[in-house]
Amino acid sequence: MKKIEAIIRVTQFEAVRDALAEVGVQFFTLSEVRGYGLQKGAKLVYRGANHGADFIARLQMDILVHADKVGSVIKAIEESGRTGKVGDGKILVLNVDSVVRIRTGERDEAAL
Amino acid sequence: MQANEALEAATQSQFMVNNLWILIAAALVFIMHLGFATLEAGFVQRKNVLNILFKNSMIISIGILTYCLCGFNLMYPGFAEDSSGFLAFAGVGLSHTTEGYSAADGTYTYWTDFIFQAMFAATCATIVSGAVAERIKLVPFLLFATLFVAISYPITGSWKWGGGWLDAMGFYDFAGSTLVHSVGGWAALAGIILLGPRAGKYTAKGMRAIPGHSMPLATIGVFLLFFGWFGFNGGSVLSADPELVGLVFVTTSLAAAAGALGAFFTSYIMFRSYDLSMVLNGILGGLVGITAGADVMSPTDAVIIGFIAGIIIPLSVSFFDRLKLDDPVGATSVHLVCGIWGTLAVAIFGDCGEGVGGFMAQLTGVLAIGAFTFLFAFIVFFAIKATMGIRVDVEEEARGLDVGEHGMSAYS
Repeated sequence: MKKIEAIIRVTQFEAVRDALAEVGVQFFTLSEVRGYGLQKGAKLVYRGANHGADFIARLQMDILVHADKVGSVIKAIEESGRTGKVGDGKILVLNVDSVVRIRTGERDEAAL
Repeated sequence: MQANEALEAATQSQFMVNNLWILIAAALVFIMHLGFATLEAGFVQRKNVLNILFKNSMIISIGILTYCLCGFNLMYPGFAEDSSGFLAFAGVGLSHTTEGYSAADGTYTYWTDFIFQAMFAATCATIVSGAVAERIKLVPFLLFATLFVAISYPITGSWKWGGGWLDAMGFYDFAGSTLVHSVGGWAALAGIILLGPRAGKYTAKGMRAIPGHSMPLATIGVFLLFFGWFGFNGGSVLSADPELVGLVFVTTSLAAAAGALGAFFTSYIMFRSYDLSMVLNGILGGLVGITAGADVMSPTDAVIIGFIAGIIIPLSVSFFDRLKLDDPVGATSVHLVCGIWGTLAVAIFGDCGEGVGGFMAQLTGVLAIGAFTFLFAFIVFFAIKATMGIRVDVEEEARGLDVGEHGMSAYS
């Protein structure tokens, strides 16, 4: 069991979602996240004072998958989420020890 | 006999039409208070919105009540003809009279006169409210606003509109570029000098932007103010004179439009940005600028006066920022600086102020009313600062005045 955390551009969301559906990912958790770093946000001016939007809006998808599907899911996100410019995001793969579906009490593989 | 009756009927109808127009104008000026409330709410941060709305709600209420209690009779004390009056008081409260208010000699009733003037009165305190926003304590501010509307505004108003000494020397201020707007602006200046800037506005690394939380609200506010200004200037004709009221609508609109363009070009040249907040201030600057001479300007004059007022806005905002005088809504630039400009412009354009004498009269009015108002406001703010304190503490400012002063949020 693996958890894939993908941080992607807001503008690539539709493409990534469709690509994931094609490889059979029916569900994921979606969060609005903000990045802070070298890539500055848009330059803004208000009443003569410059101010950058320091935080950059991104989306994070948390996807639980069987270990054997990790390759195809990563490929789908990589291809659909890429624009080639700085800031396309990152994909992390983490091991998952245990999964419980609260409604049924199913455990692990059955609960994915 | 029949001709006499016809004449009387015509005079009576004219009286009714005049009276009705001033009442409608009073209602339009009332809407300006909603304009101020929304404009100021839009220009402050989310965490201070309820506080600014609270102040605006209280100011219009305090303004009407104090104007009834003493303001009206301080502003229109009935100085003797050519007496060069400085200060007089016609007594507490309203006393219904028809003297000078009947169909034969007046154009509206006593009640109409009062309510139209009362709607103006609170405006000057509302102007202060925006400039001192996001850091002033609620009760000390309301105390200041009460004294300001009850005493300072009517006294300086009486010098011109009440038939006092400035009126006698030929000072001209049609609808209040100085009497209303600069008066509010001078008090705002005194307030922000004594308050200091908002935390984090001027840092060692330079000026930091503190963007207003809602430009849609600010835009609604400015359009409402523009709308209400038809009553503010149009009603100041003090009759429904078809020619004059029509002209005033035209000059008022042209100046507002030219103000927008002046601010648009100047702020683009200065900041390389199309700054909506500057264009909104520019519209108001144009309106304030034309207010002193809206009935004596040609359309061309109005466009020039408004355009220059618009140019003044970004320059003035930068000027106050350079002095580290923090004004979140630009009230000092709009009302004080453009108010002074509009008052002086009466002597430069139009056919009212001729030559140096006209200019000196305008300058005297600007300086005398400015000095009195600034001193009054400074002393009152200073006394409040020394006793109750005027500024919220650092933690409250960071958390916001909505929770700090009211224990509520504007948006929940």
